[in-house]
Amino acid sequence: MSGRNTFSREFIGERTWPFFIDLGVAAALLAGFYAILWIGKFWFSTAIPEVAIQRSPSHLPLYAFYSTARIFIAYILSLVFAIGYGYIAAYNKRMEALLIATLDILQSIPVLSFLPGVMLAMMSLFPSRQIGIELGAILLIFTGEVWNMAFSFYTSLKSIPRELHEAAAINRFSPLQRLFQLELPYATIGLVWNSMVSVANGWFFLIVCEMFPVGSRNFRLPGLGSYLQTAASNGDTQAMVYGLITMVLIIVLTDQLLWRPLIAWSDKFKFENVESADRIQSPILHMIRNSNVIGLMQRRIFTPASESIYRFVAARHEHHIVRKEARRRSRRSTTLIAAVASFAAAAAVIFAAFHATLLLREIHRHELLSLFEGAGATLLRVNVALLLASLWTIPVGVAIGFNPRLANIAQPLAQIAASFPATALFPVILLGLMNIGVGIGVGSVALMILGIQWYILFNVIAGAMAIPSDLKEVSNLFRFSSLQRWTTVILPGIFPFLITGLVTASGGAWNASIVAEYFQLKDKTMVTTGLGAQISAASARGDFPTLLLATIIMALIVVTINRLVWRPLYHLAETKYRLD
Amino acid sequence: MSEPIIRAQQVEKFYSQPSENRIQVISPTDLSIFPGEIVALLGPSGSGKSTLLRMLSGLSQPSAGDVFWHGKPISRVQINVSIVFQSFALFPWLTVLENVEAPLKARGMAPQERRQRSLKILDTVGLDGFEAAYPKELSGGMRQRVGFARALVVEPEVLFMDEPFSALDVLTAENLRSELLELWQKKTIPTQSIFLVTHNIEEAVLLADRIIVLGRNPGHVRTDFKVTALPHPRDRKGPAFTQLVDYIYKVLTRPDVTPAMPTLTPGRKVRDQRQMRYEMLPHARPGGIAGLLELLIDLTGKDTAGRADIYKLADELAFEIDDLLPIVDAATLLGFLRVEEGDAVITPAGREYAESEILRQKELFRGAATEHVLLLRQITRALDNKTDHTVPEEFFLDMLDEQFSEEETQRQLETAINWGRYAELFDFDAARRRFILPEIEESTKAVEDWE
Repeated sequence: MSGRNTFSREFIGERTWPFFIDLGVAAALLAGFYAILWIGKFWFSTAIPEVAIQRSPSHLPLYAFYSTARIFIAYILSLVFAIGYGYIAAYNKRMEALLIATLDILQSIPVLSFLPGVMLAMMSLFPSRQIGIELGAILLIFTGEVWNMAFSFYTSLKSIPRELHEAAAINRFSPLQRLFQLELPYATIGLVWNSMVSVANGWFFLIVCEMFPVGSRNFRLPGLGSYLQTAASNGDTQAMVYGLITMVLIIVLTDQLLWRPLIAWSDKFKFENVESADRIQSPILHMIRNSNVIGLMQRRIFTPASESIYRFVAARHEHHIVRKEARRRSRRSTTLIAAVASFAAAAAVIFAAFHATLLLREIHRHELLSLFEGAGATLLRVNVALLLASLWTIPVGVAIGFNPRLANIAQPLAQIAASFPATALFPVILLGLMNIGVGIGVGSVALMILGIQWYILFNVIAGAMAIPSDLKEVSNLFRFSSLQRWTTVILPGIFPFLITGLVTASGGAWNASIVAEYFQLKDKTMVTTGLGAQISAASARGDFPTLLLATIIMALIVVTINRLVWRPLYHLAETKYRLD
Repeated sequence: MSEPIIRAQQVEKFYSQPSENRIQVISPTDLSIFPGEIVALLGPSGSGKSTLLRMLSGLSQPSAGDVFWHGKPISRVQINVSIVFQSFALFPWLTVLENVEAPLKARGMAPQERRQRSLKILDTVGLDGFEAAYPKELSGGMRQRVGFARALVVEPEVLFMDEPFSALDVLTAENLRSELLELWQKKTIPTQSIFLVTHNIEEAVLLADRIIVLGRNPGHVRTDFKVTALPHPRDRKGPAFTQLVDYIYKVLTRPDVTPAMPTLTPGRKVRDQRQMRYEMLPHARPGGIAGLLELLIDLTGKDTAGRADIYKLADELAFEIDDLLPIVDAATLLGFLRVEEGDAVITPAGREYAESEILRQKELFRGAATEHVLLLRQITRALDNKTDHTVPEEFFLDMLDEQFSEEETQRQLETAINWGRYAELFDFDAARRRFILPEIEESTKAVEDWE
C-alpha cells in the first residue's frame, strides 16, 4: 500500500531540519504545561483585589503573560459558545428567530455594562480566591469577543449548500461526523477571520478591564493594561514606552505564530472549484506539518481515539435517514414538556423584567433628561467619527486597492496596526491632547476614530480590489474626469464594502464611546457629556438603575439605527450595487 | 414481475399556505423501482423530478402517502441507497480517499477494511493514483468519478442519480455514461437498480430500461413505459432510437395530449388536473422568441410554411430541451407558433412579427401580450385606473401567491416585467418595487437628462 502513496502531498514538502523542529515543538509543549501550572497557582492563591503594579520592565513579561492568558481563555470560551449557539440557532426552527434577535441585542450592549454584575457575581462565587476576579475579567472580554463569532458560525451553517447536507444524510453521517466533516470545515474560514477581529476586540477592552472601580471597591489585576494605566497615571514615560513595545511585540507574535498559520491552513477549507493561485505562506505551519513529534502524536493518539469514537457513535447511531416517523409518536409528551418549560421561562422573564423596571423607577426625571442629552452627544460624536474616518480611509483605501504592489506591502502592516488595541494608546494621546489644550470632549472623537478606522479601511481596500479592471479601462478610454471617475466607477464599486465597513465601525464606535468619554488618568477622572461616560460612571458608582437605563437606551439606539439605516443600505448594496 | 425494492404509494408534496390554499408540487403519485432496471425520470423544469427522487431515497418526507422499502415503511427500516449529485457534493476539504471513506466511517467500519474497499472502488472508477488529491485539483469529470466512487463504495441496492452528467462537458459526459453502463452490464457493481433523473432525452433513451415522463403544475406522471426494442449498445442514429426520442419530445411539447406510442408497451395514463386562473408564463425573453422565429424562417425557407422538428431545432442550436421549451412555450402562448406532432409551425402573426423592424415588433408583441396574457392585461388595467399611475408589486404578488410557490411567483413577476418593459406596456421601478406607466417615467427622465 505504501506504493500507492507516492502521490501523497505529505511527501512533496521536503523535511528540513527535522531535529530542530522537533526540539522546538517539544519545548513549546513543555512551556505550555508550565504556563498552565503557573496560572493555576496564581488563580487559586488568596484574592488580592488591588494588586500593586511594579513599573520596572522586568515585570513586564509576567504581566504580558497574564493578559495574554486572559485573552486566550476568553477566546476559547467564545469559540465554544459561538459554535453551540450558532448550531442551535441554525437547526432549531422554533428557537431560531428568538436566538438571532437576542444576538442582535446582546451585541449592541456595551461590554462595560456587564462589568459590575459580572464582577460581583464572580466575587461572591469565589469569595477568597483570585480566580473570582480573574473569571470576572475573562467573562467581560468574552462578551466583547463572542457575538460576531456566533453570527459567523450561524451564517456559515445556513449557507451550506443543500446537496452537501443531502450527501451527509444519505451517507448516514452521525451528528458528530457531520460536525467534523461538514459543518466545522465549512465554517472555518469565517471563524478564523472573525477570531482575528474578536481577539483584537478582546485586547481593546482588556486594557481597560484590568483596572476599574465598582462602587466603593477598586479592582486591579496584574497585566499589561493595568501596567500601561499605572505608568500613564504616574507620568512615567519610560514605562509607557516599554509597555507599548511589549504590546506591539505580542501583536506581531500573535500574527506570525497564530493567525498566519491559521489562515494558511484554512485555505484548504475554501469552498471553491478552482485552486487559487496565490496562497498565504506560513513557515510555522510548514514546521508543524513536518514535525515528527506531532506526526507521531497524530498517529498514535488522535487518530486511534477519533476512530474509536466514530465506531462507538456509528454503533449507537440509528441508521435511519428519515426519523420523523419516530418523532411523531413521542411528540405529545415532548410538546407538554416544552409547553410547561416555555411557560415557566416566560413567567421568569416577566418577573425579572418587572423587577428591572421597578429598578428604573428610582431614576429621577432630570437624570433621564441628562441621559437623553448624553445619548444625543454620543450619537453626534459617533457620526462625526465615522465621517472623519471615512474621509481619510476612502481615498487611501482606494489608492491601495488600485495598486497591487502597494497592497502587498500595506495590507499586512495595516492588519497588524488594526490588531493593536487603541485603548493602549489612549493615555498617550490624551496626555498629548491635554498638552495642546484639547479636552476629552473632542479627544474622545479622536479615540473613537482610532478604534474604528481600520474596519472602514480594510473594506474599502477589498472593494477597490474587487472593481473589475474593464470598468477602470472604460473610464480611461472615455477620459472620465476624476470627479466622474469617483461618482460613476469608484464609489458605486466600493459601496457594498463601504457599507459593511461602516456598519461594523458604527457598532464599534458606540462601544468605544464607553472608554473614550470617561478616562481615569493621574488620579482624576476625565469625563465629558455622553451616554458612554454615563454608563462608565454608573458602573464605577455601582449605580444599577442608571446603568440599566443607559444601557437600554444605547442598545435601543444601536438596534434602531441598524434596522432603519444600515439594513436598507445593506439591501441596496446587495441588489443595486452588486458587481457580478 | 418481481417484488419492487422501493414502492411509493400515493405520495404527494405540497406546501401549506397560511390561507386555505396549499401549493401542490407533486400530485398523488404511485411509482415503483424494481430490481434489475435502470429507470430514467424525465420532465420539464418545475415538474418535481428532484423532489420525487428525494422522497424515494428517503431524504425528504412526503406530505402525504407512503414509501416502502421491500414492503416496509422506509422510515422504520435501514435502507441501502446512495445518490450521485449534479454538483458532485464532494467535501472540498477532504482528499479523494477521505471523501470515499466518509460513508464507510459513518457505518463504523474499521480503518483497514475501509481503506481497502475505498481503494478498490477508486480503482474501479479509474481514479487509481489520485487518492491523496483534493477535489479542487481535479477536472469536473474526475470529480464526478469521485462522486460515483463515494456512492458505490457502500454497495447500494439502489443508486440514485440527480442529473449526474449535466454539469459536465459533452465528451466527458458521454465517456462517463458508457463507463457506468459497462459497470452495470458486467455486474462489476452489486447495485440492483439505478434511478436516474435527467432533462436530457437522449441520455434517458441511451441508458434506461424504463422511462417515466413527468408533467408539471403540479408534478404528475404523464407516461411510464419500458424500452424494449433497443438492445445495448444503443445506436443514436438508429431508427428505433430516433423514433423514441421524437416520441418523448412530442410528449414534452404537448402538455395537453399524450400522443400514441410507437410499438411500445403503454404505461399508465394520468389525468392532467390543471384548473388555474393564471397561465404559467414561460421564462423566456422577448429577444429569444424573436430569435427563434427568425431562425425557423431561415432554416425552412419562405416556401415550406416555417415548419421544423423541435428535436432537430434543439440539435441545431445545441440547446438542452429545458432551455428551448420555455421559448417555444412563450411563442405558442403569444400565438406566434403552433406545435403539431413535435413540429414547431410558425403562424402568420409569428411570421409578421419575425420579419418586422424593431418598433413594429414591439407593437405586435404588445398586441399579442395583452390579448393572451392575463397578468399583463391586469397590470396595465390597474395602472390605467390609478390616478397616480403606479401600482406596488405586492398587489400582484398577493394574487399570484394563491397559485404559485413563493419562488415561482417571483419568477412569474420577473418575466411579466421583462415582457411588459419590452412591449412598453409599463415600466418597473426596482427601487420602490412599483409598476409605473412609461409616459410618466419618460417625462421625468427627460427632466433628469436636461439637468
